[in-house]
Amino acid sequence: MAEATLTQPGVRAPRISSPLLTTLNRVLKYTLTRLVALLLTVVVGVYLTVLIANMGGYVDKIRSSQIREQVGAQYGMDPQFRLLTKEEREALINEIVAAEEKRLGLDRPFFVRSLSYLTTAMSLNLGRAEHLTSDSGSSEVRRIILERLPPTLLLFTTANMLLFFGSIFFALSLSRRYGSIIDRLVIALAPTSAAPGWFYGIFLILIFAALLGVLPFGGMVAAPPPAQPLAYALSLLQHMILPVMALVLGSVFLNIYQWRTFFLIYSSEDYVDMAKAKGLPARTIERRYILRPTLPTIITSFALLLISLWTGAIILETVFNWPGLGRLLYRAIGLYDTPVIVGSTVIYAYLLAITVFLLDFIYALVDPRVKVGGGGQKP
Amino acid sequence: MRTFLRNLSEIKNYPSAIAGLVVIVALLVVAAYALIALPYQEAIRLWRAGEGVWEDYPRLARPSWVNLFSAIKLPDTKVLNSATQPETKTVKPFGEGRDILINFTFDYPYDGFPQDLIVYFQVKFESKQPHIDMRWITPDGREIVVGQFSPRRSDSFRITQDERLRRRVGDIPVQEGLFARPEVTPLTPLKGKYTFQVNAITFEPDSDVDAKFVIYGQVYGLAGTDHRRRDLMVALLWGTPIALAFGLLAALGTTLTTMFIAAFGVWFGGIVDSIIQRITEVRLILPLLPILIMVGTFYSRSIWLMLGVVIVLSIFGSAIKTYRAIFLQVKESPYIEAARAYGAGSGRIITQYLVPRIIPLLIPQLVVLIPSYVFLEASLAVLGLGDPVLPTWGKIIDDAQSNGALYNSYYYWVLQPAALLMLTGLGFSMVGFALDRIFNPRLRGL
Repeated sequence: MAEATLTQPGVRAPRISSPLLTTLNRVLKYTLTRLVALLLTVVVGVYLTVLIANMGGYVDKIRSSQIREQVGAQYGMDPQFRLLTKEEREALINEIVAAEEKRLGLDRPFFVRSLSYLTTAMSLNLGRAEHLTSDSGSSEVRRIILERLPPTLLLFTTANMLLFFGSIFFALSLSRRYGSIIDRLVIALAPTSAAPGWFYGIFLILIFAALLGVLPFGGMVAAPPPAQPLAYALSLLQHMILPVMALVLGSVFLNIYQWRTFFLIYSSEDYVDMAKAKGLPARTIERRYILRPTLPTIITSFALLLISLWTGAIILETVFNWPGLGRLLYRAIGLYDTPVIVGSTVIYAYLLAITVFLLDFIYALVDPRVKVGGGGQKP
Repeated sequence: MRTFLRNLSEIKNYPSAIAGLVVIVALLVVAAYALIALPYQEAIRLWRAGEGVWEDYPRLARPSWVNLFSAIKLPDTKVLNSATQPETKTVKPFGEGRDILINFTFDYPYDGFPQDLIVYFQVKFESKQPHIDMRWITPDGREIVVGQFSPRRSDSFRITQDERLRRRVGDIPVQEGLFARPEVTPLTPLKGKYTFQVNAITFEPDSDVDAKFVIYGQVYGLAGTDHRRRDLMVALLWGTPIALAFGLLAALGTTLTTMFIAAFGVWFGGIVDSIIQRITEVRLILPLLPILIMVGTFYSRSIWLMLGVVIVLSIFGSAIKTYRAIFLQVKESPYIEAARAYGAGSGRIITQYLVPRIIPLLIPQLVVLIPSYVFLEASLAVLGLGDPVLPTWGKIIDDAQSNGALYNSYYYWVLQPAALLMLTGLGFSMVGFALDRIFNPRLRGL
């Protein structure tokens, strides 16, 4: 195991004897620290989001309309009040709303209020959407958002897995064939990553949907959705080809170029020459002496890439009519549906935090400095 | 400084960088031309104007250059006006009024039918409306009665929508009936000299009639037109300075502030540094685009406000980590110690000793960042959050997308702004990549 070779006897923790346990312990500790740090970060991030949204009093509006609706539903139907005239009932409802607002602290100073908004936003408990509804007909913001989450995750994860493994594989093989025509072609193509994925999406739609007519213009499954699971999966796959291609095209060449450069820099290190001198097979050198030490750097650069890709995914979904979060956000903008916009922003903050956390965890697994306890100093 | 310039001159060894520079210079020239030829206010007025300004323009016309690549020549738009071309008009006295004959003769060498035919009338009279009789004379001498009517003071006659004329030409769309070769299927236009005759009889001595005959073609100008008849050239031209300004200002604003904050944190170290580090981590999970969307929906869609928000949000961007790593190395250099020894203050050390060291590394990053902000502006526009008044490339794409341009095969509508965006992106990033390889010693020769 690679872990065993990397845990030097000299730095082994004295109480736990097994090197594997030490490693696990360290990774866990590191991960937990990062998790707590990230949770705090999310809290601060969501708080900032709430502050921005509330600068124009929008969260206040959401909350008071929510109260009004609840009170209206509760007392409007009550037979006890049926005998009252419309005005009297209105006045009564207004009174109750005011009392409720006082109870919930809407009359308190902003700072105190903003803290209660924070919990509301963190739990996505944003009440009802103004116009949008979920496919099941609910207009609860949390349901609408959670319903749109799986398609986004499906598209994004597929594309990024392809991007990560494809890029690493290709970059390694390029660093072996340094200076060849393909290598130079990739260097020449690297600037194309200046354009985001959705931009290539437009071209892909133009070529494959409009001109050739072989792939659909957009959407997630054919309409009506096929009843058989297999047919459904095939239809889904067919609809996924173009958006995934667009996401990959948007950053693949820059990725390969950067990683190939990392590999080349690291393969000129003395220990690699030493390994070559020892006569180790090329595959082993690549895996153990080049890929291994570059992985932390590569994961860090991939994390930054992923964060920028999340942004691009919003428009990509819009361009491809993909029924995910991005498209939801786009429709919410068009309808000025405030609760959904705030909720989507919060969920994107969550998604980014989860992305950072997952990559941190992987980082902890591959970075020997974390394992041998050299402190979590990141480059 | 001298080594910096010497390094910079190395750029001529990179052909891609030269190509990128050419593109950037060309874009700057276009931007300057747009600013001079079409003042800011005028561009906004034109872009927001309705049918009044653009009535002589065809709707959704392709750019003229498509004719160069196709054997089928699509018709161009022609505007014939008796008020500006007096030679088309002959006036004879007739009773108490006049007999005005307007002859619009034009050549029609195209393989496609026009989109629309409209006559606009400007009529002067006191109480008695003049009577107008319109005829169509084809190159082979056939004469078709187009219609008769009595116009108001400002009136138009939509030839293609006249139901009686439609029946008269054999129950096919009017423009096809008027231009088609007789008895030939499939319908093809007859090329040659057509005459459209407007004969007006007025019943008052001072009464006068002027006509403007517009043959709306299927191509227009260098850029084509959109669904509101607007010449796309306005937006394509004006999109250039806006995109460049947005990209440049955003890139400059973010890199400079980021650099100074990184230098500040490294120099003071300790708690200042760790606060900056924590803020950077918070910033990393703040979703930039959703926040911009919130700002755009709740406050204002002005492009300059967006620019400000982008810069504020990117101050603590991930680039701080890169700069920090470099500053940490520089901070330990002997010359910094020397500066401290002679009593230089923190401000002086940061601005005079730390920051200049990083500038060579900063320039490539700055250049590479520009296109990403140009595309960010386009992204916002595609989400419908473009600046409400300014014509930009992103807004053309947004208009095209929302009108199903790809689905309805108006490819030019998307391709032209997309090509300009791509050109900008490639131009800057090719230069940036070359600069990176020049200034970053680790990348030398790789």
